[in-house]
Amino acid sequence: MIQVSHLTKSYGHRTAVNDLSFEVQKGEVVGFLGPNGAGKSTTMKILTGFMPATSGSAKVAGFEVFENPIEVKRNIGFLPETPPVYPDMAVDEYLGFAAGLHGVPKRSIKAAVDGALEKTSLGDVRSRLIGNLSKGYRQRVGLAQALVHNPQVLILDEPTVGLDPKQIIEIRELIKGLAGDHTVILSSHILPEVTATCQRIIVINKGQIVAEDTIERLTTRINKGLIYSMTVKNPSASGIDAVRKVPGVKSVSAVGPKLVVEINPISGETRDLIVAAAVHESMGVLEFSAERVSLEEIFLQLTTVEDHQV
Amino acid sequence: MNIGNVWTIARRDYRSYFNSPIAYIVIAGFLTIMGWMFFFNLSHFNAQAMQYQVFSQGKSPSITDGIIRPLYGNMNVIFLFLIPFITMRLIAEERKLHTIELLMTAPVTLTEIILGKFFSAYLLVIVMLALTLVYPIILFLTGNPELGPIAASYLGVLLLAGCYLSLGLFFSSLTENQIVAGALTFASGLFFWLVSWASQSAGPVWGDVLTHLSLISHYQNFGQGLINTGDIVYYLSFIGFGLFLTHRVLDSFRWR
Ligand SMILES: Nc1ncnc2c1ncn2[C@@H]1O[C@H](COP(=O)(O)OP(=O)(O)OP(=O)(O)O)[C@@H](O)[C@H]1O
Ligand SMILES: [Mg+2]
Repeated sequence: MIQVSHLTKSYGHRTAVNDLSFEVQKGEVVGFLGPNGAGKSTTMKILTGFMPATSGSAKVAGFEVFENPIEVKRNIGFLPETPPVYPDMAVDEYLGFAAGLHGVPKRSIKAAVDGALEKTSLGDVRSRLIGNLSKGYRQRVGLAQALVHNPQVLILDEPTVGLDPKQIIEIRELIKGLAGDHTVILSSHILPEVTATCQRIIVINKGQIVAEDTIERLTTRINKGLIYSMTVKNPSASGIDAVRKVPGVKSVSAVGPKLVVEINPISGETRDLIVAAAVHESMGVLEFSAERVSLEEIFLQLTTVEDHQV
Repeated sequence: MNIGNVWTIARRDYRSYFNSPIAYIVIAGFLTIMGWMFFFNLSHFNAQAMQYQVFSQGKSPSITDGIIRPLYGNMNVIFLFLIPFITMRLIAEERKLHTIELLMTAPVTLTEIILGKFFSAYLLVIVMLALTLVYPIILFLTGNPELGPIAASYLGVLLLAGCYLSLGLFFSSLTENQIVAGALTFASGLFFWLVSWASQSAGPVWGDVLTHLSLISHYQNFGQGLINTGDIVYYLSFIGFGLFLTHRVLDSFRWR
């Protein structure tokens, strides 16, 4: 549904997106994850035909964005970073305008507006002026605008920013519900958000993809295995050596009584063997714990590792 | 080009004029000044006519020269002042509110967006002009003015106002700041108005060029009831060029 290849965008001398390539299949929900200034919004603006790329190509719904912008735009619903709402319009009037602008025939506009209002639970405020709504409501109006013409592809730039926790859950459910019929790309800085809604994550940093996978695989892949930490009474060279020889152990480092044991990924259960080895060498195990690297850490790791290279 | 899209955009912009006090203030100001001028011209004209009848002095005043010409000539000046208020928000505000992103990612072309905006403002001006039809109606009810100069004046004012609108739309596309857009529109409108003054001291060749460039010198014929193709072509080209430049600006600002 979406094919991006070697996409590059420079603002003057600053390269915002650098040789980005990825694909999104029909019906997938994909999360764009990256720190501030990673190039998420820039990529989305290019995909939606808002601005052209410096080089490379992007295809949406079978049409080249730069050659067939109108066809592409017909198939996309876009929620930009700042919800593009007119403060002087009523909610339903605005959604009617957005529907008409996206080619919804006149007789279907009312139904389309009602549908979008319902999906985003905006029914109560439908005749209020957008300018009088709170930030979270305005964000929802922006989201309703992206949905109103029932597009095949949805591109949502930080869709849950500014929403309250209850709304966040509702909107995440809404997005999850779109999977299958719609293809969705959403961006976020927040991992739980992406884990909650997306089947696949594309982590980008400084305009480049640093990881791209399903959430489970990403966890195991970058999580360089597990790390156990063990505190012992009598650390000894032979004891440390014995632990190091346990199958699956990648490395052992000792600082005083504290041993940090790194395990190769996918090595099965090793804790018994490690503790047994330590006990056998009479090191006197005092404490043993597993440190699971969380997704947050993976994210930080990915984006900071990149920092060292640059 | 899809006229439906132009209309969708034009209608939203037109309605939004009435969501803020701007349209009401502009229309009220316009009608007040025009009404005052009309009655001033009318009473002045009546006094002259009376003088002519009683003393048979001076020349016989005509409604065209005494009322129509000054009335619509002044209307042009008022539009020079008011149109910046009508056009300043058109694109500048969309950029400020980021709603330009909605327009530019919707399946509509840049040309449709620009024409929609232009026509929304034009529609407001046409409504204002329609409200002034009451003056010729009063003249027809109380006297027998010539229809030709009135019709030609309306055509001339309409075209001249179109030029200001086109200029205003262009300046509105250059900045996010409405005040700046309005001020530039007024300044450049005044410039295109006044270039004909300079023509008198600019020598024969340059004088002709400057007179030709002046927005107001092309209005003279309309005021006398003469519809000249050259003048119409000039005004339409001016409008078209302004819209074209607006298109270039909006297109290039995507590339930045
Ligand atoms: N109009 C612009 N002119 C110049 N530089 C820009 C412009 N827009 C973005 N940039 C730069 O491009 C880079 C990528 O910006 P982008 O907005 O795509 O990041 P992002 O991933 O969306 O960040 P955030 O999480 O803060 O929204 C940044 O370095 C930013 O400073
Ligand atoms: Mg962003």
